[in-house]
This record gives sequence, structure tokens and C-alpha cells, in this order.
Amino acid sequence: MKDNKKTYWKGIEQLSNDPEFVKNAEKEFPDFLPINQNEGGGSSRRDFLKMMGFGIAAVSLAACEAPIRKAIPYVNKPVDVDPGVPNYYASTYVNGGDYCSIVVKTREGRPIKIEGNKLSKLTQGGVNAQVEASVLTLYDNERLRNPKAAGKDTDWNTLDKEVITKLGSIAAQGGQIRIVSNTILSPSTKQVIEDFKAKYPNTSHVTYDAISAYGMAKANEDSFGVRAIPSYDFSKADVIVSFAADFLGTWISPIEYTKQYSKTRKLGDGKKKMSRHYQFESNLSLTGSNADYRIPIKPSDEGKAVAALYNAVSAKTGGTSVAGAGKYANIDKAASDLVKASGKSIVVSGSNDPAIQTLINGINSMLSNYGSTIDLSRPVNYRQGDDAAMDKLVSDINGGTIAGLIFFNCNPVYDHRRGTELKAALSKVSLKVSTSARPDETASLVDYVAPDHHFLESWNDAEPVKGSYSLTQPAITPIFNTRQAQDTLLTWAGSEEEYYNYLRNYWRRHMSFTGSFDTFWDQTLYNGVLDTETETQSFEFAGDVNSAAALATAVKAADTELALYFKLGVGDGSQANNPWLQEMPDPVSKATWDNYLTVSQAWARDNKVTSFQGECNKAKVTVGGQSLILPILIQPGQAQGTVGLALGYGRTSAGKVANGVGVDAYPLLTSQNGATNLNVTSGVTVEVLDEKYHIAQTQTYQTVMDRDYVIQESTLSEYQKDAFAGRYHPQVSNWMEPSGQTSPGNISLWEGHEYKNHHWGMVIDLNSCTGCSACHIACQSENNIPVVGRQEVVNRRDMHWIRIDRYYSSKKGTTDYYEMIEATDNPEVTFQPMMCQHCNNAPCETVCPVAATTHSTEGLNQMTYNRCIGTRYCANNCPYKVRRFNWFKYHDNSQFEDINTSMNNDLGKMVLNPDVTVRSRGVMEKCSLCVQRIQYGKLEAKKEKRRPKDGEIEVACASACPADAIIFGDMKDKESRISKLLKIKDTKKADYIIETEIGEPRAYHVLEELGVKPNVTYLTKIRNKEQSEA
Amino acid sequence: MQVTSSVREPLVTGGKTAHDVTEDICSQLEGRPSKSWMIGMAVALSALGIGACAVFILVWDGIGVWGLNKTIGWAWDITNFVWWVGIGHAGTLISAILLLFRQKWRMSINRAAEAMTIFAVICAACFPGLHMGRLWLGFYWALPLPNTFGSLWVNFNSPLLWDVFAVSTYFTVSLVFWYIGLIPDFASIRDRATNKISKMVYGALSFGWDGAAKTWSRYESVALILAGLATPLVLSVHTIVSMDFATSVIPGWHSTIFPPYFVAGAIFSGFAMVQTLLLITRKVMHFEDYITRGHVELMNIVIIITGGIVAIAYTTEFFMGWYSGLDFEDYMYMSYGAATGPWAWAWWALIICNILVPATLWFKKVRTSFVWSFVISIVVNIGMWFERFDIIVIDLSHDYLPSSWSMFYPTRYDIGVFLFTFGFFFTAFLLFAKFFPVINMSEIKSIIKSTSSKENK
Repeated sequence: MKDNKKTYWKGIEQLSNDPEFVKNAEKEFPDFLPINQNEGGGSSRRDFLKMMGFGIAAVSLAACEAPIRKAIPYVNKPVDVDPGVPNYYASTYVNGGDYCSIVVKTREGRPIKIEGNKLSKLTQGGVNAQVEASVLTLYDNERLRNPKAAGKDTDWNTLDKEVITKLGSIAAQGGQIRIVSNTILSPSTKQVIEDFKAKYPNTSHVTYDAISAYGMAKANEDSFGVRAIPSYDFSKADVIVSFAADFLGTWISPIEYTKQYSKTRKLGDGKKKMSRHYQFESNLSLTGSNADYRIPIKPSDEGKAVAALYNAVSAKTGGTSVAGAGKYANIDKAASDLVKASGKSIVVSGSNDPAIQTLINGINSMLSNYGSTIDLSRPVNYRQGDDAAMDKLVSDINGGTIAGLIFFNCNPVYDHRRGTELKAALSKVSLKVSTSARPDETASLVDYVAPDHHFLESWNDAEPVKGSYSLTQPAITPIFNTRQAQDTLLTWAGSEEEYYNYLRNYWRRHMSFTGSFDTFWDQTLYNGVLDTETETQSFEFAGDVNSAAALATAVKAADTELALYFKLGVGDGSQANNPWLQEMPDPVSKATWDNYLTVSQAWARDNKVTSFQGECNKAKVTVGGQSLILPILIQPGQAQGTVGLALGYGRTSAGKVANGVGVDAYPLLTSQNGATNLNVTSGVTVEVLDEKYHIAQTQTYQTVMDRDYVIQESTLSEYQKDAFAGRYHPQVSNWMEPSGQTSPGNISLWEGHEYKNHHWGMVIDLNSCTGCSACHIACQSENNIPVVGRQEVVNRRDMHWIRIDRYYSSKKGTTDYYEMIEATDNPEVTFQPMMCQHCNNAPCETVCPVAATTHSTEGLNQMTYNRCIGTRYCANNCPYKVRRFNWFKYHDNSQFEDINTSMNNDLGKMVLNPDVTVRSRGVMEKCSLCVQRIQYGKLEAKKEKRRPKDGEIEVACASACPADAIIFGDMKDKESRISKLLKIKDTKKADYIIETEIGEPRAYHVLEELGVKPNVTYLTKIRNKEQSEA
Repeated sequence: MQVTSSVREPLVTGGKTAHDVTEDICSQLEGRPSKSWMIGMAVALSALGIGACAVFILVWDGIGVWGLNKTIGWAWDITNFVWWVGIGHAGTLISAILLLFRQKWRMSINRAAEAMTIFAVICAACFPGLHMGRLWLGFYWALPLPNTFGSLWVNFNSPLLWDVFAVSTYFTVSLVFWYIGLIPDFASIRDRATNKISKMVYGALSFGWDGAAKTWSRYESVALILAGLATPLVLSVHTIVSMDFATSVIPGWHSTIFPPYFVAGAIFSGFAMVQTLLLITRKVMHFEDYITRGHVELMNIVIIITGGIVAIAYTTEFFMGWYSGLDFEDYMYMSYGAATGPWAWAWWALIICNILVPATLWFKKVRTSFVWSFVISIVVNIGMWFERFDIIVIDLSHDYLPSSWSMFYPTRYDIGVFLFTFGFFFTAFLLFAKFFPVINMSEIKSIIKSTSSKENK
């Protein structure tokens, strides 16, 4: 092809190719865009876009970031810990002299729940509220994290060095050193103290108890020559007479006594007899609420009433009488019952007056109860406090003769009668040390605090009763930089030995065992308890009843007398910073978060004090020179001329939960015949103030309004005649029946449920239930139930899934509603645990618009939290009012930070049960019958290819119950306790309905006429009295 | 067509011609807002604003800001719901049932009454929403929508779900009915509009109404069909609302008399509310010729009748409470306990406001007095609020187990959320009164010929 010589050009400029064009030809496209138009330094459009792009990306990335969860996987799995599988450790709860043998449930190394240890012959698997709640105290954010010197954190070496130097110099100068403690149940700890004493010979050990029983020990010394408190066996007692001894609530060893007592209150086919219980007391105690006959007396009358009983019994047994006895209702009746049941009765007194206790010993001795129901050869160690020694110590400190003081896990500045005096005198002591785990009233005043472990972090042993031993083992490694108090004492005593080895060596030396010690130790540790044989001794009563009677009856009566008492929840106040206990309604008054002045109804009428919904006037109580201003609570059953007030409140240095809750009544304690006395029988004045106060009560209507569909009760004699006594059988008209009437349950719109596999149910024996509320806290602990605080309880929004309804009797036979609503002045009391009844025709299930609450194939009424939209229709339509709504967000909410500690800080949250959801705000919740436990039990059984055995699956409330009043089980399992107890038969009502029919005469459903067919059944309440008073 | 009796009172006075009607009504919405309207609007908006804060806190913090408790799960929320729904009954009753019964007097009031219905139902609907613990889920979980939860469906047994259907159906039909009635009037306004925006807006609102005979004929058929559809709804809504209570097991709730009792009560309160609003509108907007003494009297007669039904219902309830011998019913709400117990004030408020005060309407002097009618209409609505409060709260507060009996004390958020609905209601009603024809012009024009005094002379 021929070359083409043509020239093409793009434009005339190219053709002409002038210099100007050539210069710009290469720059046809501008090589830059003006990136930075404003050279001045501001940002350009591009910068802006870049920034914005980066900004959006960064913000969205930040938003995408997963929240930091502090879950650290195991790199090497510990041998014994399987995630999701709980481990159980037998251990021992000890708080001062309070004792309970327990099994600790741990999940992934965290103790989350305490159960009773069934191997213990003492507590027999029972627990009480304080024991259940102690697991939360472990995770108290306000425990001390480090040892302290002069109020500042220090380290153990420095502390040890300084304390040893000071102790050494005190010892060198011959100064007196005292170790002050509450009762110490641990024999090896006592040995540690002995070792300490050996190193510092001027040391002595002073023991006192906030709840003192010194008078009893002293009386036994006078009467029998042994300074001890005997063990009681209420289970053998046919007649029990108690003078203000709250043995089911707070007296000596309530769990043990409740176990025993409840055995005598069970009725059934083979057992038509039960114990008869008389209670003479001022305040309506839990024990008094359970008594068949309760006689209100003034505190000043205690001695006279005991003397009267002494005379009445002695008249019947041919003894001599004592002077000074008063006249009281039912004394003769009690005496004749006692004499009839000689050797099978118990007379106890809660008084700390040795004189009264001597008379009691005299009565028991006349009734030959020693050796049968009362055993002095196996004395209990629960209360070893020596009031006289403690009194002397305070005086000594005041006198400046004490140079060193070691407070061994005790808080006398708060819980001793002379605490204020002690507080002032402490400056006279040159070395003050406390081993308290928290900066309490005493620990905040000392020079050094060597914080002890929580008992769940400790090794320890205990000898609650002579010959019965029990071991405490740690269930978690110490959370903070604390040290076991025994180790602290050992270090100061110059020993290098760790307390764990010390304990083992102590056991090796002192226990008798066969085979290798390690095997013995491991076995004991596994069981948690060890029972050894003790020699039976017999004791002869040698007390001087006449002089005792003279002392006991010398108390003069006053117009107003004050009876101080302890509540079941907060007790002596040592666990006051535990919100579960603060919010646990007092079983009798149903009040939470406060102590208050209980006054009688008659007093309220006289003083024109009325209460509505818990709101009442405040009062000013003056005792001697001290005044307290506190709310009034009108308490039916309060003896006329008396007022009651609980100790354990008004703490100032317990922590955020307890500080400022209630008033401190310890300074009002008196001393009588050398022992700390709960009764103030002179110089009490009460002035009603105009100021009103709303006590947070969970129940404000007191009576059952004569509704026998709620509480069905009768007397023992009626029951013996007819097992159906007290039962109410509702009937509705039905033309299809020949009789024209039928039971409401037989008529239904619903087809009924067919249970092919399991049918879970529960029985609650109203006769055994003492109302102690252990189940309350067990449920709270198991099911992650929030604490809502005083104001929210006032607003009636407590969240407890199980509540214990307490009803007083009203005037008998009245049909006037206004009379019915008023309790009588000394009412009969009924406790009725109430939780979701798991109705087969559940009213809640039909009304939920989103089907968030449904019936399971095993008879449970189940809540699907995720589905719930919170219309509260189910709660409205629940006839039992057991549904609880999350009014607020109770977790991670600053509003509840100092109240609901188990859900508002990282430490507290460790107590939560990982098997149970923490509910969000706006959803409904309620008792699930511990569905997580049922599911776990079923799966465990399934792994072994069998059905779950009865008793394997236990709900939290039933397992906690020290009275065995709650029985849970599978009603499909013919061999289960529940099936046998209820005599369950399946009847085919129609083609499609298979009804579970109950054969037990005492069994009833609350509100049976509604036809909701609950799976929770109650057994009638039977009182052992001649005739019902209401 | 219309037979006019010379002895019958004319329904529209003042010798209005068709042009007068248009002028009277359109001038209200063509001029600048009056001072009283501005004041009213300011008050309504303040109430709405304050109420909105209460609503915000309620949703942010939780239902706990209200005074409810574990025993009383509903109080002001559902009381207000039922109260507003009740009020919302009058409009449709007036426009639908009275239309079917060819009651011409309804024509000057039905528009406003229907508007009131719409707004009242919206106010009512706020409460089932706001009373939920988890509003954000409840919005759609309570509806039978296809979902990703597999077979999870709503619970058709629940009366609350029935409420959702009943109220939403009623609302939809009422809204359509009201709007269709507005179309010819919008067209009149459009035709008169001088302002471009008005022309456009009313043009759009009037859906291209051309006023042709065929259009009118279709319009009337639709109105009749909708009236037919709406009539059963008037009865069904409150029947179903009453089932929230009647199908439950709570004493005092579980009552077969509730459906007719609630419907009568709803009409009672609805008419009272219409009365209140009309008497204000009449005065403020100078509609004396359209809303006459005769209207007020007729409204009062409906109030007497429905009030009478309600009074019989109460009596029956109290009688049955005693006669059944059932302690639960016999106690508190149903017995002398109600009159003397802790809730006596609420019970007496009900008796006085709903039985004693409306009973004065038996006197012609009272029922033809504007002032008394106004006072009584307000008293009746207070009474009807207490009726629902008494049923819901008193019955819940003292049910089966005395252990859980409690009282209810409202908090400022209970009041605030109620205020919110009032704010909304009046804001909406004032906007309606300003921008929409308050009286049905086209219908009124059909009766001036037959009934206005000028034509008769």
C-alpha cells in the first residue's frame, strides 16, 4: 500500500503549531485539581468529604464493636469444672453461734446457691433465710479488699510486722490483751486462740453474743453443775410450753428446732396426733404465731407466769410451790397437759434471766424431760457468750487497764448493750485490731483491720453440739486480698503453719478414726458432717427454786414495757447489708426495710392511732435518757401494756444497703441478774408524734375475711372425728347431675390437658409451714429475683415469686365485713405460702394477646419472657395475684444500684444463676416451679436412659423448707411422695379429659370454685385446741 | 319529599337560605383564626406538650412511673382507654344509626360528632399502646402478621386481641364515613377559595367532586352502605371492650351484663361529650341558628335514656352482688362496702355524676337550658370516667385473696399521659374547627327548605 502522506490535525492550533499551543499541548488535561484552594490552611471540600467518610466509617465501626464481656475461656479446663455443670461442696454456715450444715452449689467456680445438707443430723437439710442469703454477702461490694492500717490500705507484711511489734511491746510491758469474739463453734479456732494466748500470756478471750443465752448456761450451772445449754428434741415432745422463746425463729438453733417441731405437726392416715404448743409472750413472734394456745403476757410477768406454771405442775406432781406466782390464762391447762405428757414435753423460756431459767429447769425436771426431750449430756455450743465477762471487759477498757484488743469477727460497738460506752473508751486502748471483713462500726474505730475471708472462702470446723462436728471448705478462691482470721492469729502468734494444715493436724490429733487420716478427712469433707458417740450422763436437778422464784418474780410491772426482739431476716444485724434479707417481709408483720414499734390494737385505740396501708404515726420512745423516733406498727397479738422493737437495725457503718435503715435499739438493752436482757420493764414512755410514716409492708389487709375457700382449717378433735374437717366443698347447680349439683371443676369450657409423661405438682402443708420464709430467699437466690427497695415495696411492687400470706383471725361468726376486716386482739395466725398455682385452666393463659404465657405438656404454666409485651392482663386475671411485673429495669440501673446489688455491679452479678434469665423491664414473671431444675433433672436422667426418680428434682423452696411443708413431685409417678400423699387417682371424666383426682381428705385447692384446677394443693391447717377461737 | 309539620320546631332557625349556610360555615374557615381559637389552641398545645413529656418519661423509664402495683395492673390507662372509646361512640351513632332512622336533626351536629369520634378513638388507642411494658414490640406482636417466629401467632382467645380488631375496624370505618361526608363540602370550599394554596389543598381533599347528579347519587348510596356497616360496629366495639372484663375471672369484672351496659354507657358519655363540644362550638362560632335549643333537648333525651339504662345496670350489679351470695362480689364494689369503704369517694362520684345529676334532665326546664346542659354534660363525663375507674380499680384492688388487696394512688405521670390525650384531642378538634366545615353544609341545605321557618311562611 502506498504511504499516505496526508496530515491530520486536531485543530487549527496544531496545524499552525504556534509556540503557545506547543507549550500547553502536553497539558491538555489539567494535571491537578485544586486540592487546596484556600492556601490559608482551612479545610477544603475534599478534606471535608474525607473527614466525613472517615468519621462515618469510624462511628459505624465503633458502633459495631461488640461490648466487652469479661468472660475468659479456660485455656486448660480445670479437672472438676465443666462449664454449665454445677459442682456441690458440703460446707458449714457459721455466723457467730448460728450454725447450719450446707451444700454449696457452684457454677464455673462461683458459689451461687446454698442448700441444706441432708446428712446433718442437726439441721437435716433445712436452712433459714439468713443461711440462704449468706451467698450474696460473699459478693458484697463493700467488703474490705485489703488489710487496713489507720484507715488506709496496707499490705499483709506491713500489717503483721506492725501488729507483732506492738503486741510484743504490750506483752513485754505486761499489758493486758483481750480477744473479743462472738461464740466460736470451731474447736480448732479455739486452739488457735490458745496458741495465741501461749505466745502472749496476758491474753484472755472474752465471748459475748448479740443474741445472748448466758442466763440459761448460768442457770444450768446452778441447777446441774454444768455451764451449758442442753440440746432439745422437740420431735419427741407432745406438749411444748414456751415462755417468749422464739424457737422457730431466732432462739438458739431455729432450723434444728423447726425440723423437729414440724415432725410433730404432721398429720395423715397413720398419724392422727400432733403436739400441743402453748406460748406465753409479749410480742407476736413466729413461734407464737404457730402456737395452739398463745397467751399474751407482759415481760414483767414472765417470771410470775413461769412460777405459776411451776406451782401448777408441782401441785400435780406432788411438789412444793414457790412464792410470787401470778395468775394467767391457760396455765392450769398447760400444766395438766404437761403432766400427762411427762417425759414427752418441753418447757422453754427465751428469757436470759438465770432465775427464770432455773425455774424452767425445775419444771422440766419435775416432768422428767431430762434424758428424753432435753439432753444435757450433749450440750449445744451455739451460745457461749458470757455477759458478765463482757460487761467487765467494757468496764476494764473504760478503766484503761486493757492495752490490746483484738475483735475477732465481732462488732460490739454496734451490737453490745454498752456499745456507745465502748466506742468512747476505745481511745484508751493502745492497740486495737479487728478481723472484720467489712468496715463495720467497730472496725472503723480500730488501728488495724485484718479482714477475714467470707465463710465460703474459708477452711474451718465446727462443733455445734458436743460430739457433732462439721467442716467448712472454701467454694471459691478468696475474691479480695483478705486472710482467714485464724491465719492472722497464727501469724501473730508466731506460727508458720497455714490454718488449713493446722486444722487437719488438729483433727488428726483429736478425732478418732480408723484407717488413713486422708481417707477419713476426705470422707468427712465430702459429707460435711461427722457425728461421734458421746457418753450419756444423767443430771440431778439441784437448783434453788425458791430463791430463783424470788428473783424472777421481783420484776415490777410498769404501764408500758418494751420487749426487744430479733427478726428472722436481719437478725442481730450482722448481715444487715444483705438486700435480700432487708426486703424479706417479716413473717408476722409483713414489713420490710425497717424496724418499728409494735403496739397492741388496744393501745392504738386508746391513743387514737390508726394505720392505713402501712401508713401510721411515728412515735418517740424514751427509755431512761435515750429517745428513739420510729414508726408505729399496730400488731394484733401484742400484749397489752407492751411495745416491741426489733434489734439489728439502724446500722451506721454496714454499707450502702443497710446504713440508715431503721433505728438502733441495742442501747436500750438492759441487764438483769447479770445477763443481758431483752426486756425493758421500767422507764419506758411512748409519745405519739404527728409525723406519718409509711412502713413498707407486702400485705396490708390482715384477715382472711372468713373466706374458707382460701384457708381451710379445723381443730385436731374435729379432724380425728372426720378427716374432712374444715374442708369446704363448693358446689354449683347442674341439671345434668341427678343431685342437681356438681363440683365446679366438673364443668369446663376447656378440653383439659393430657399429660403423657410428667405432671408436676406441689403440696403445701399449712400445718407444718411455720412461715419462716427460708423459701422466700431460696427462691430469690435460685431465680435471680430482683430487690426493689423500700419505696417500691411501699408502692406494692415487691418481686418475690413466693410469698407467705399471713392471716389473722377476726371475730368469730361475724357476717359484718367491717368486723371481719379487723383482727382480734390475740388472733390465731395462719401462714399460707402462695406462688403460681400452675392452673390447668389458667386464666392468665387465655388472656395474653401474644401467647407469652402457655401451658406446658407437663402441667407447668410457663412464661416466655421474650414474647411478653407487658399488657399485665395476665396479672389482673390471676385470682392468686402471684404474677410480678418488671415495672422498671432493675439491673444495671443507677436507680437500684444501692438496693439491688446482685444485678448492679460486676461483683454482685456473680451470684446470679446462669440457668435463669435476668428479666428485662416491661415483662411479666412468676414462679416457674424451678423449670430449670426440672429440665436439668430430666436431662440427667435421660443420659442414664431412665425416668427421673422422685426427689431427684427438687424445687428451691421445697429443698430449703426446714419444716418439710412443701413437697414437689411428679403426679404421674405413682411412687412419688406427692402421689402417695395426695392419693392420686386418674379418672376419665370424658373422652378427652383425664383428671387427676385427689383422694387425700385434707387436700384442697385454693379458690376451688373458680375451676382453674391448680397443680398446687394445700393441706388443711389443724390446730390442737379444744375449740377454734375464730 | 319531606313532610313538614307546622307544629314541629324547625331544625334550622334564622331563615337561612342555601347561600347563608355556605357563608356562615365557610367564612369560619376562610377568615383568620379568631382570638378565642388562638387561646384555645395555645392551651391545647401546652397540654399536649406537657403530656408528651410524661409520655416520653413513661416510655423511657418504664411503667413504674405510674401508680400501678402488683395487684392493680391497670388503672388510669385502661380507664382512659375505655372512657375515650366510649366517647368515640357518639359520632358514628349519630351519623349512622340516626341516618338509618332518618333523624334529620342529626345533620347540624353529625360532622363535629364524627370528628370527635375519630379523635377520641385515636386518644383511646394511645392507651393500649402506652400501657404495654414493651411498647416497641407490642406494636406489631399484637397484630396477626406473618413473622419470622415460625408458627408463633397471636392468641385469638385473648379479648385484648379482639380489642385490636374491634377498635381498628371501628376507627377505619368511622374515618372513611366521615371523610366521604366531607367531600361535597370540601368541594364547596374549593370552589369558593381565592387563595392558591387553599384551592390546591381543598381541591385535593375533595377528590375532584363535580356535583353531578350521578355523583350525588353515588355519594348517597355510599353513605347509606357505610351507615349500614357502621351501625353494628357502634354496638360491637364497646361490647368487645367490655369483654376485656366480662371474660375474666375477677369478681366485679366477670359479669354477663357488661356488653349492653357498656354500650349504653358509651353512648351516654359520647352524647355528653358531643353536647359539651357543640355548646362551645355554637357559642364560639356563632352557630346559634344551626344548633338550636331543640337539638340540645334531643341530645339530652338520649342522655336520659342511656343514663337510665346505665343506672339500671348499676342497680342490677349491686342487686346481683347481694343476691348471688358470693362473698367476693358482695364485698367492696357491689355492697355497702363500696359506699363506705376506702373507695367510697370514687363510688359516690359515680352515683352522683351518673345517676343523680343526669336525673335532673327529666325536667324540661333543665334539659332545655344551655347552661345546665353544658354543666351536666361535663358531670356525666366525669361520672363515666369514674364508672370505668371503679370497675377496673376497685374490683382489682379487693379480689380473691385479702393478702394481695391494695390501694391505688395515681402519680403525676398517670395524670400527664391523660393530659397528653386531652391535649391531642383539643388540638385536633380545634384544627378541625378551623380548617374543616364544622357543619355538614350539603346536608343542612337539604333541610332548610323543608324545615327553616322562612320557607314555611
